[in-house]
Amino acid sequence: MLFDMHWNTDTHWSFAVSILPILLRGMWVTLQAAAIGFVLAALLGLVLAGLKSVRYRIIAWPARVISEFLRDTPLLIQLFFLYYVLPDYGIVLPAFMTGALALGLQYSAYTSEVYRAGIEAIPKGQYEAARALDLSNLHTFRVIVLPQAIARIIPALGNYLVSIMKDVPLLSVVSVVEMLGVAKIIGDRTFNYLIPLSMVGGLYLLMTLIAASAIRLLDRKLPAQGIPLK
Amino acid sequence: MPFLDYLPALLQGARVTVELTLYSTVLGALVAFGLGIGRHSRRAWLNVPCAVIVEIFRGTSLLVQLFWIYFALPVLGELVGLNLRLEPMVAGTLALALNIGAYGAEVVRGALQAVPTEQLEAAKALDFSGRQTLWRISLPQALPEMMPSFGNLAIQNLKDTALVSLISLGDLAFRAEQIRNFTQDSTTVYTMLLLMYFGMALVLSALMSLLGRRVGAWRNA
Repeated sequence: MLFDMHWNTDTHWSFAVSILPILLRGMWVTLQAAAIGFVLAALLGLVLAGLKSVRYRIIAWPARVISEFLRDTPLLIQLFFLYYVLPDYGIVLPAFMTGALALGLQYSAYTSEVYRAGIEAIPKGQYEAARALDLSNLHTFRVIVLPQAIARIIPALGNYLVSIMKDVPLLSVVSVVEMLGVAKIIGDRTFNYLIPLSMVGGLYLLMTLIAASAIRLLDRKLPAQGIPLK
Repeated sequence: MPFLDYLPALLQGARVTVELTLYSTVLGALVAFGLGIGRHSRRAWLNVPCAVIVEIFRGTSLLVQLFWIYFALPVLGELVGLNLRLEPMVAGTLALALNIGAYGAEVVRGALQAVPTEQLEAAKALDFSGRQTLWRISLPQALPEMMPSFGNLAIQNLKDTALVSLISLGDLAFRAEQIRNFTQDSTTVYTMLLLMYFGMALVLSALMSLLGRRVGAWRNA
């Protein structure tokens, strides 16, 4: 029994059917964690990208080191660090939020590069044209750079959303009961790991295939010349 | 100095992490070339199975794959009367290699497809067989293009090895967890752990770019 739902181990088939609603409960937690982690990653990445592009090296350099550090160390260890070390300094977060924060931190290093690449891909001629039209720097960024960069940034961020989704199972080690955690608990209690774990694999494949085709659709729908922000 | 007390155990774990990274990266590279060349092939009987394998390993979570190989595979083995209970080291290497290999396969396929068509036409004009074209024309030109992505994947793989601590393989992350349970000194242990992984990543990154330069050296000749 889990989440007040029982399973039925009479046959393999009835077992699979009876645990599906329980796994779907876990999937809902997975999706929530992925969504919050993604929003954090998108926001923190924006901050990091901004700091890395500052002209003063005293700011840009540490930002680059932090970004490299976040990218080159395992998510699992970052998660443990947040989960065990923060409470020692009086910061106590629920396990779910700690997990989402770890996802956000790790992926902020990746998203910050997405923003940078999106902005750097704007042809130089665009800046020169803006200058010829006597637009201010801020104005150029707002009406020339951003609309064109966004069309490149959104699909790339989408790919990281899929990656984040695939990393959510790590949160089970700090007692977040997401889909893989649910399957593991069912396996531990029934000694049948094959069916729940295979179902989780299948459900994951379903989620990522749907997400990937949504991103492809979005990529095709976004106008290549950019999105006017008005 | 508590961190000096922790160091021997952590270094012992680091050795396992290095071994695991080495085995799974090398095996993963073989998987990547096998699946990537298969995906590049026009023969459906080769292309389709490779595509399915790549989709399965890229489309599901690594931890799901690891747990499946370690916990579910023995159950499947019992059903068909085989002993498929794997040692943690074997299960870990296999899961990491298949996962990173599937990502690598896409890199291999992309680089092979990026070889200019004129090169293939020239090979055809010179009456090269398909295999000769692949080995002597496509791969030598595609390989240097793959190296930067392979470098990133190797780092990814190093980070992913931390997951094997969850199937009780005594790697760096596992040793650290043991020390933390024993001493409750989370700050020192995890700070050391993060720095050690970061250091290993920097070394691996340097090694991969060195390898990349060797692989691309023929272009400067």
